[in-house]
Amino acid sequence: MDVVPGVDPRAPLLEVTDLHVEFRTQYGVAKAVNGANFWLSPGETLAILGESGCGKSVTAQAIMGILESPPGYITKGSIMYRGVDLLGIPEEQRRKVRANRIAMIFQDALSALNPVYTVGFQLAELFRMHRGMSRAEAKRRSIELLDQVKIPGAKDRINDYPHQFSGGMRQRVMIAMALALDPEVLIADEPTTALDVTVQAQIMGLLADLQKQRNMGLILITHDMGVVADVADRISVMYAGKVVEEAPVYDIYARPAHPYTRALLESIPRLDMKGQQLNVIRGLPPALTDVPRGCAFNPRCRYAKDACRQDPAPPAYSVAPHRTARCHFFREVLGE
Amino acid sequence: MFRYIVRRLLQMVLTFFGATFVVFALTFANQDDPLQALAGERPITESQRLALTERYHLNESFLTQYWYYMKGLLTGDLGTSLTGQKISAMLANAWPVTVKLALLAIVIAATIAVTAGVYSAIKRGGLFDNVTLIATLVVLAMPIVVLAPLAQLIFGIKLGWFPPTATRDASLWDLLLPALVLGSLVIATELRVTRTSVVENLRADYVRTARAKGLTRRRVIWVHVLRNSLIPVVTLIGVDLGGLMSGAIVTEKIFNIPGVGFNIARAITTEDGPLVVGFVSVLVIIFLVVNLLVDLLYAALDPRIRYE
Repeated sequence: MDVVPGVDPRAPLLEVTDLHVEFRTQYGVAKAVNGANFWLSPGETLAILGESGCGKSVTAQAIMGILESPPGYITKGSIMYRGVDLLGIPEEQRRKVRANRIAMIFQDALSALNPVYTVGFQLAELFRMHRGMSRAEAKRRSIELLDQVKIPGAKDRINDYPHQFSGGMRQRVMIAMALALDPEVLIADEPTTALDVTVQAQIMGLLADLQKQRNMGLILITHDMGVVADVADRISVMYAGKVVEEAPVYDIYARPAHPYTRALLESIPRLDMKGQQLNVIRGLPPALTDVPRGCAFNPRCRYAKDACRQDPAPPAYSVAPHRTARCHFFREVLGE
Repeated sequence: MFRYIVRRLLQMVLTFFGATFVVFALTFANQDDPLQALAGERPITESQRLALTERYHLNESFLTQYWYYMKGLLTGDLGTSLTGQKISAMLANAWPVTVKLALLAIVIAATIAVTAGVYSAIKRGGLFDNVTLIATLVVLAMPIVVLAPLAQLIFGIKLGWFPPTATRDASLWDLLLPALVLGSLVIATELRVTRTSVVENLRADYVRTARAKGLTRRRVIWVHVLRNSLIPVVTLIGVDLGGLMSGAIVTEKIFNIPGVGFNIARAITTEDGPLVVGFVSVLVIIFLVVNLLVDLLYAALDPRIRYE
């Protein structure tokens, strides 16, 4: 069953090119995403890393097509899924891509689940609406799903409401819901931020297992470098709506090429640094209504020179094969 | 749940006695010469006056009168009207048409309010939203004593679209115009509350999830958003019932519908104390029961609410 006409199974799974998203509010235009570029292959995990407000969640919502509009508008760019530009197809087809091909899980499962319907209803709804299954059949499949995400006693818990689950179990329900229709791409927006550390590890482990079983592409949006190191294949670091560095995970941890990435790594507390001052990044990310000229990071950057304060902003320099960084002085940062 | 209901029923007993006491006191204070009011223009002989005074305990103190009344009420006797009819029989006669009228008014008001409320919430700031805002303000500003005769005059008499009065065995069609007038009492607030509630819920995270699930817009709104938005509206409809009852007194009087409100209106003008207290007591009971039902419905709509 094909949900979108024109899908080419040999084309790349997901390719986001030069994506621009802005929010038009009464206080001015906030440029939340300013030319984001990345791609994703089947079975691969791409981590999108950045501080709050850097545009990572907005990027995810743009890919899903659930951006609140107004005030959000996609002004430029393309989102190619298997050779089809999702931004160019009718809403009805776009709707069918959601959950069927590209699914998403959210940060706070308590508010993300509807409080007045049972978990079973919210799961079964997917099968009934997208697959036209009967209630009984949909219920059977929903129980299977809850089993797959390792919720104990799935058969009985199916009639419980979201508030009757613990935080970790609720996030498992969210994952089950996202995986119900076997999507090829899963976007996880801070899936473990609201959870205890021990539960975080369980959820990440579960996600990694399910991804491997299904050969899914996973976009993991997070601000937690610790989570990323364990599971990601590649990392895109976002700052003020731009991907400032993109690299395989090993390279980024070994030798960051952008001052921002480097500063992020240095701000992680480490056991062998006991007694030393932690390097935090000075200042705050810029307001998206007023992004600095040139490189958006220049006011907080210790490598910044005059060239960084002037337009045009640094292009995506090719640092190595499959590795880019938007910094004029990436060689210096790399320590060459 | 069971314990909650029992506790509420016990509270209702207290509220009921309190309410009847207040109503009884008010009618007592209102009485000037009920026997003359009963007789109208005709003179009453001294012996008649004595007999009637004795029969209705009119020369007793207020508390004694209340005691007599309560004694009757607790033994299932609603008492006798000053016209000599048993109040329970009058109630049985008046009841059906009022229930029909009130239910019709509630259904019309709730249907219009919820539908229009949802649409103006979706298209907030648009033409429909602004038109309903103005319309609700106009309806809110019109007291029913103006609205009812106006509607009767325009739609009942001048245009002749609806029958201007209704009988005891009125059909739903006969009751439509009075029900619209009665419903307009509560429609404005219900619509505004629905709109606000839907606007609030549209911003909720679970709506984003529902959209990410690839559900149609219609399903997101009418299944996911509506159920959450209705919680405050249902409570309001329960409270509105009180407004509908007082509105029914005016509406039934003007449209000449021989229901509960009509009888109360007549009883007030003829200073028929037992009749007023008897009918109002029953209204109090209904109001209390409906509000208990609404609270239970509240728990059915929102599973997070549990009564202990």
